[in-house]
Amino acid sequence: MSKSTSPAIRRYLKRLLGFMSIYLVLIFVVGYLFRNHPPVGLLAWPLAVVPALPIIGVIWTIFRLLREETDEYMRTLFIRQALFATGFCLTIMTTWEFLQNYEVVSNDRHGFGATFIWFIGLGLGAVVNCRDTMRVES
Amino acid sequence: MKNRLKVLRAERDWNQSDLADALGISRQSVNAIETGRYDPSLPLAFRIAALFKMPVEAIFEDA
Repeated sequence: MSKSTSPAIRRYLKRLLGFMSIYLVLIFVVGYLFRNHPPVGLLAWPLAVVPALPIIGVIWTIFRLLREETDEYMRTLFIRQALFATGFCLTIMTTWEFLQNYEVVSNDRHGFGATFIWFIGLGLGAVVNCRDTMRVES
Repeated sequence: MKNRLKVLRAERDWNQSDLADALGISRQSVNAIETGRYDPSLPLAFRIAALFKMPVEAIFEDA
């Protein structure tokens, strides 16, 4: 990790790696259980939710970065990135919802969900930030 | 907001990394402030002024 990386970003990357590792394990274990030994009754509820927990952890990790980053310019860029992701996600989900409302697309289609779209928006937001930063430095 | 950061830095023969280290901020921040793409907060503006031993208004001016 480069020397120029702030302590807040180093903590962010460690937490991100931790939560994503846990997620990968859980998604396979829970998927295996539901396919081969489907839980019944109340037990199915918490077990189905378990893979969501590390994803919630990732969201927490992102917002900890916004709180812990002491460099105000970098924090501004991260906040802008998160807002971009939120706007992108709301745009996609709202459009999708209307397509479903008017039954242009099927209601029973399984999608990746809002969080996945939000993460794509986060990636696009990083590209926008990068483009602006390069414009500043040119 | 215009600023004289680049000139003041050059007078002391500092590069952006030197200034960033002295202020405890990233080099990207120094660059963004120098090029006028980012206006620093009041606390950071005062830290910059203290580093150069000048009043804030001698470094920053309303564009």
